[in-house]
Amino acid sequence: MGTISLKNVRKSFGDANIIPNANLDIRNGEFVVFVGPSGCGKSTLLRLIAGLEDLTSGTIEIDGKNVTDAAPSQRGLAMVFQSYALYPHMSVRNNIAFGLKMAGVPPAEIEQKVAKAAATLNLTEYLDRKPRQLSGGQRQRVAIGRAIVRQPEAFLFDEPLSNLDAALRVNMRVFIMQLHKDLGTTMIYVTHDQVEAMTMADRIVVLNRGNIEQVGSPLDLYNNPDSLFVAGFIGSPKMNFVTGAEAERHKAKTIGIRPEHLEIASGRGGWAGTIALAEHLGADSFLHVDTETAGRLVVRAPGDFRGKDGDKIVLKPDMARLHKFDDNGKVIR
Amino acid sequence: MARAVSTRRKWFFTILAWSIAFVIFFPILWTILTSFKSEGDAILIPPKFLFFDWTTENYGVVQERSDYIKFAMNSIILALGSTAFALIIAIPSAWGMAFAPGKKTKDLLMWMLSTKMMPPVGALIPIYLIFRDFGLLDSRGGIITVLMLLNLPIIIWMLYTYFKEIPAEILEASRMDGANVWKELVYVLTPMAVPGIASTVLLNVILAWNEAFWTLALTTKDAAPLTQFIASYSSPEGLFWAKLSAASTMAIAPILVLGWFAQKQLVRGLTFGAVK
Repeated sequence: MGTISLKNVRKSFGDANIIPNANLDIRNGEFVVFVGPSGCGKSTLLRLIAGLEDLTSGTIEIDGKNVTDAAPSQRGLAMVFQSYALYPHMSVRNNIAFGLKMAGVPPAEIEQKVAKAAATLNLTEYLDRKPRQLSGGQRQRVAIGRAIVRQPEAFLFDEPLSNLDAALRVNMRVFIMQLHKDLGTTMIYVTHDQVEAMTMADRIVVLNRGNIEQVGSPLDLYNNPDSLFVAGFIGSPKMNFVTGAEAERHKAKTIGIRPEHLEIASGRGGWAGTIALAEHLGADSFLHVDTETAGRLVVRAPGDFRGKDGDKIVLKPDMARLHKFDDNGKVIR
Repeated sequence: MARAVSTRRKWFFTILAWSIAFVIFFPILWTILTSFKSEGDAILIPPKFLFFDWTTENYGVVQERSDYIKFAMNSIILALGSTAFALIIAIPSAWGMAFAPGKKTKDLLMWMLSTKMMPPVGALIPIYLIFRDFGLLDSRGGIITVLMLLNLPIIIWMLYTYFKEIPAEILEASRMDGANVWKELVYVLTPMAVPGIASTVLLNVILAWNEAFWTLALTTKDAAPLTQFIASYSSPEGLFWAKLSAASTMAIAPILVLGWFAQKQLVRGLTFGAVK
């Protein structure tokens, strides 16, 4: 079992209020991603759950048990750090076995569990090496091995892929998703990369300046963002925001439309503009268009779109997909 | 042309460095040379540098007159004992200050160091009286405690700078892995800091070995280390330079050899944190 719930969690360092008031319920077996820009408090929130930071006030429960004042070792959680944080003086075998040794598991059982974890992670032939003799991806797998071998209530991942190169990152992302499927254990995953958040999460928690902005499934956040912040953070390229007269026509302070919900049309009845810049990615092209009334908009065009810089085009928004926001940046439904 | 200049510069600095090293080393060299002279040659003016009648008789006399081994044993026990004792206190303290610093940690470190700025003679009378009243005079336990306290600030400072270099995440990982504070110190922090602890130990052994003020003041016979052994040759009976030099050479020889072999660790230890 691995339910985790935060009740009125507050954390401040001196005068700085890092987490003003967080409430969150994480279900057993769920893959939850904390996402937000750097400095939004997502890592702090994870460290509070881990027990590596003390709460200023509020309570944390794991499996219905109050662990607010429990030491990290008593919470039954495993954590994978951004820097991997392997023990440099221990072999891979001992790195993976360390948690079991601390728990007083008999040596024969440790041996068997380490062998099993190593086989899952393709680390069997590296068991006697030291961490410094491994590549980044291998170190990452050792860090994961160290976590899974203990069969924790939940896994905590603190930006685990940010030190890997792009190709490896995609592989590890798939690997972690598969791991979640196989183990069915609760996982909390912190990242600033919204693509990781969208692809991996059952539920995404979007954080902004220590506040939980919105919690929902990836598509829920994509389709129905509660605020300007969430609308701008989820989706790539970013949602276009238009203010001023165009927004007032829709009785809103700001209107938002995603690049994929703009249609390139000819004739009248849309936003006329000039292509300022075109990014050709192969499957898609992203056109940066300077419009006469709505400012610069990014539009997603098919990869075979033949427009050049300087061409005049008209953009028609899909009205059903238009997002309206009030003065406080909250959505108008 | 540029190359010629740089070669000349190189020669200049090489000769300069050797000269400075020679000047620093000269007293030791002179002591060693004098120890091989006869008492007559030792006080000769102008002195003879290398061309005198080399003799080892002083060493024989010194060994006959006083028991070198007993003093050397005391030196070893005091140096190692005070170092081990200090580590037991310093490792947890440095761990606390490096990984769980409070608002006053910097002040605390400064205050500890400031105790080294006080002239030790200021504390002589009170400590002497404490030793007398508790029957600690000329006891190994007593002098080990004093040497430990004496060098503790430096040891804590050195370990603190080492520990600061260890990523806190690794210690946090061990906490997540279920290690309590004690296991974290024993299984993770200490083995990772072995190079740092080794150079701290080396430096402290040398400092404790050479410590003269307190060992001379608080020991007489049973706990007397090599400093007493040397001092006994500058006695009211008159100075015997050659024998004094022989005693000094015997006293510094072990630590000189140790220092020679460990110089890499020592330099690393003293510059750690400053140069990365």
